[in-house]
Amino acid sequence: MNLKELLRLSIGALRANKLRSLLTMLGVIIGVFAVILLVSLGTGLQAYITDQISGLGSNLIFVVPGSSGARAGGSQTNKLVINDARNLSNGLQGIADVGPIVQQIVTLKYKNHTDKGTTVLGTTSNYPQIIVSVLMEQGRFFTLPQERLGSHVAVIGQTVNKDLFIHEDAIGKRITVGGTKYTVIGVLKARGSVFGIDEDNTVVMPIAAAQRQFGITNINALYLSAKRPELVRIVKQRANTILLKRLTADDFTVETQEQTLSTITSIIGALTAALGGIAAISLIVGGIGVMNIMLVSVTERTREIGLRKALGAKRNDILKQFLFEAVILSVAGGIIGILLGLAASYILAKFFISQVTPWSIFLAFGFSAAVGIIFGIAPAYRASRLSPIEALRYE
Amino acid sequence: MKKVPVISLNNITKNFGSDDLIIKVLHGISLTIFQGDFVAIIGPSGSGKSTLLNIIGLLDDATTGTYFLHDKDVTKLTEDQQAYVRNREIGFVFQSFNLLKRAPVIDNVILPAIYAGVSEKERVQRAKELLTDVGLGEHITKYPNQLSGGQQQRVAIARALMNKPAIILADEPTGNLDTQSGKDIMEIMKQLNKQGNTIVVITHDEHIAKQAQKIIKVQDGRVI
Repeated sequence: MNLKELLRLSIGALRANKLRSLLTMLGVIIGVFAVILLVSLGTGLQAYITDQISGLGSNLIFVVPGSSGARAGGSQTNKLVINDARNLSNGLQGIADVGPIVQQIVTLKYKNHTDKGTTVLGTTSNYPQIIVSVLMEQGRFFTLPQERLGSHVAVIGQTVNKDLFIHEDAIGKRITVGGTKYTVIGVLKARGSVFGIDEDNTVVMPIAAAQRQFGITNINALYLSAKRPELVRIVKQRANTILLKRLTADDFTVETQEQTLSTITSIIGALTAALGGIAAISLIVGGIGVMNIMLVSVTERTREIGLRKALGAKRNDILKQFLFEAVILSVAGGIIGILLGLAASYILAKFFISQVTPWSIFLAFGFSAAVGIIFGIAPAYRASRLSPIEALRYE
Repeated sequence: MKKVPVISLNNITKNFGSDDLIIKVLHGISLTIFQGDFVAIIGPSGSGKSTLLNIIGLLDDATTGTYFLHDKDVTKLTEDQQAYVRNREIGFVFQSFNLLKRAPVIDNVILPAIYAGVSEKERVQRAKELLTDVGLGEHITKYPNQLSGGQQQRVAIARALMNKPAIILADEPTGNLDTQSGKDIMEIMKQLNKQGNTIVVITHDEHIAKQAQKIIKVQDGRVI
């Protein structure tokens, strides 16, 4: 019996019992669907976060308070101060740009418009060089002299612009930030939302101004941008050394962009694998369904098996026939599951995130074929071992 | 013309069971069936004729004795070898027809040829010819449940002839048929025999047995 005949035979047998075949396939369909969906969800998440972090800039090094793992940066454990920024700036001169940041949530007012829950970001004038996703749509960023003086100037994000300046130009106007007046000198380009947090609902000002107004002595974090990729290591080491002169190792963490990325990637990767694994369990359940139905099928067709053997079918012929049926059943279920999974991933991508990877499709396909083989072999073997004399007598 | 032996059984015994309980069913049966013979093996139930049929049909092994098919010793073949020889040399016709209900008539007839690895074109061609020979040329695409008992048995006969076997081995071929259909089937058997086919019919019915050219009587596991 060649492949074409086996195929014809198996499909014929499955079509003879359409409802039963479909119900059996359901287990595999659901299993494969779940695998595809969850993996594409996880992959999409990973890609998104990687994009976000990579999009900040390149050759970045993050300095945050506290030891790694405890990144809340609450003011009790925060020992980073503006002086540390200065020391780093001096010590890393020529090989990195240093950008400290402080953050605060405030209410903005302009004429009769109010914006609540806006994030104030206090930083240095080199911020746009460090975080390259910060681009100007109108006006300009504040200058080094303005930074030094802590001038009351502000660069606003798109959302702030929309909320406060409906029919007018924002540049040159004075807005109230947490009670104090600032002059708008620039409007940032749109940056979008990260997990529902609107990046465009920001006001950026010189760090000294922010510290003075809000009475902050600590800084929330430092971004270091190495001037060349090869320098990242040295910058990290030297930053460590410089900070250790004043602080202990528990007070801060210096981590490269790559490290952060790889930590997050491996966490999400592990999560994706775990979810995929759980989905795979449902595939096993589907496989059990296949095995069950194949056993029933073999019993039902005992006479047919006896006849085929009497006519000259060898054990192997019978084994192949029933194994093939099980595989076709699983693979058909797998294909439907893949198609449904792809459709669902596509829809999900519109509302949330998801990314389909070719390898997950191959994996799912391979799994469904494997399920067919593993769960089909026992019934097929049983069929092949039937004695033709007994089988022909079976009622 | 010298008679060529097709089936030669020599002192065949068959025992069932093991150790404590051994049931002896056949006690040293010897018989020869020649090419072109039309033989009826007749005996009451319990005579061992079914067991004899299984041995001739290579569905079962003899305990002792030898079995030669043409000039080849087929006494101790492996299961796969038996399947091979059955496929090419034995054309079974069963009492209950044993057609595949889900397949059309032509696919039923083709079945032995599939296991023989015959090309699709050849086997379809031959199946059509055989069906025409048994008078079912118009019913090629019909399903077994659309045919009468007699017609179904004719399909079975066509199937048995598919691989040009050494013998047609029929087990109570008219058992499930009415008198007229039974007559028709026996006519076909006689016709096939005239054309040179070797026919072996197992039966308990004397009327059927009488229509054969040679009768072998079996009782209590012996030829009498």
